[in-house]
Amino acid sequence: MSTLPARSMRRRRVRGTNPLEYLKRPWMQLTLLASFVFLYFPIVTLIAFSFNDSRRNITWRGFTWKYYEKAFNNASLHDAFVNSMIVAGTSTLVSTALGAMLGLALYRYRFPWKGTYEGVAHLPIVIPEICMGVAMLVFFNAINMDLSLITITVSHIAFTIPFVAVVIRARMAGFDVSLEEASHDLGASEWQTFWHITFPYMVPGLVAGALMAFVLSLDDFVITFFTAGVGSTTFPIKIYSMLRFSVTPEVNAASTVLIVITLSLTLIAMIMQSRWAKGRQE
Amino acid sequence: MEDWRKNKGAFAIFLGPASFWLLLFFVIPLILVWVYSFGERGPQGQTYLALSFENYLRAIEPIHLGIMLKSIWIGAISTAVCLVVGFPVAMGIAFAPSRWKNPLLLIVVLPFFTNLLIRTYAWIAVLRTRGFLNFGLEWVHEKANWLFALAGFPAALGEFVPLELLYNQYAVVIGLVYVHLPFLILPLYATLEKLDRSYLEASLDLGAGQWRTFFSVLVPLVMPGIVSGALLVFILSMGNFLVPDLLGGTDSLMIGNLIAREYGAARDWPFGSALSFMIMYPVFIFFVINAMVARYRTRRRAEV
Repeated sequence: MSTLPARSMRRRRVRGTNPLEYLKRPWMQLTLLASFVFLYFPIVTLIAFSFNDSRRNITWRGFTWKYYEKAFNNASLHDAFVNSMIVAGTSTLVSTALGAMLGLALYRYRFPWKGTYEGVAHLPIVIPEICMGVAMLVFFNAINMDLSLITITVSHIAFTIPFVAVVIRARMAGFDVSLEEASHDLGASEWQTFWHITFPYMVPGLVAGALMAFVLSLDDFVITFFTAGVGSTTFPIKIYSMLRFSVTPEVNAASTVLIVITLSLTLIAMIMQSRWAKGRQE
Repeated sequence: MEDWRKNKGAFAIFLGPASFWLLLFFVIPLILVWVYSFGERGPQGQTYLALSFENYLRAIEPIHLGIMLKSIWIGAISTAVCLVVGFPVAMGIAFAPSRWKNPLLLIVVLPFFTNLLIRTYAWIAVLRTRGFLNFGLEWVHEKANWLFALAGFPAALGEFVPLELLYNQYAVVIGLVYVHLPFLILPLYATLEKLDRSYLEASLDLGAGQWRTFFSVLVPLVMPGIVSGALLVFILSMGNFLVPDLLGGTDSLMIGNLIAREYGAARDWPFGSALSFMIMYPVFIFFVINAMVARYRTRRRAEV
């Protein structure tokens, strides 16, 4: 038996690399590269061809901004963008507050049927969006509520709450409970402890959760599709109807605007989180 | 964690508002759809409450059952492709030097934060008859033809015929894989990251090859991550509506499209409700089983 480990030790030394460093192997690098090409090629070409000076999106004919100008001057696209911002802004405010409280409660309290409660509360994350979309449509129809920006916002709040709760809970997992205990021992009330100790610790999670809720709401198509009425078109819905009609560089330009907004918000959230993580380590 | 009875007021303040919102605007709508699924359609497309299983029986009629089986099939294929593509990526990142991990993860996750609709739409330009893929193929074809001509066989390959890549089920699978890949890579990465490397080292030291170590040691150890990621991808793929709507053709109608049609043009809400609960029942059953398994495990751990 003693020969086996020795042999593999020799083999390891001969290769000169740790056998578990898979990333050093050419086939692994090639696989990763191929996956990244797969992930990026469609989006990069979509963005590139929004600058293409040709109506028929096929070959490169030179750089132009004209489809952006067209998109910006398209009144209905403009309205859709404003609608999207209203919906995303409002739903982010409400869902961040409610989701943060939910996340905090799930982090802090033990209560009967907690597992079931969590299962139901996280259901909006896992069920197919179309099921939630039709459920909201049926509900608003049953209570005789006309579909409008309000119905869209209400639905968006419902499906972003669990996402915010998950983010807050992850943030609270690193919280040192002895801080709260110290605050109590020093005579602070429950309320003072919350506002001066717990809440400041939550803030990075709140920012990350809010940005996530905003991006989710801004990007949502399926649930909005079922809860939008006449005159309450959002940006993704407008893009959908444009591309159903015809695929033009104008659609690419509008898409690129949305990509840039969501990606920059996401990057801001990520950079902030990594800063805070570093700060905590120090 | 503290017991809720210790501070009922604070507990109610924290848990109350979100519970109220989710109950009113999520749970009740779902129950309503469930109730509708036993209803009847009126002559003008109204919904009458009833207790009939007619809609479920209709859902398993051959024509609808075929669409449902097709959705399951396309969902399963997409999940399998996601696993094959996602596993090496997750492994490459998990075993990368630590300073590379975050940048690589970011590269994987970023496209995921662009709009679902746009990501799907982007594939139309790649796959269509005069799309980028066919252009690439045409270029290769041209060069190959030129080589053959040099070798003395002019026009051996004939004229280039563009492939019909869009509006079929292959395009749908590509789209679903593309859209859901991060859902698989992230949980897989998380479990691979937590994995105790010494098991792998032990296996390699004891003379097992890389492949044997992979299949007999690594895969069983990360099974929970594989299962949770794969199930999520499967549920989301099977119930997807946008991807088959944009990239699919007549051969790739999926249950999501059917639901959208019943709620839209066909205006048969009871039937649409039954169809959407045909997706929801398996999801519920899976989560109940999942919760039971988790409870069983913690209880066993407590006993040990």
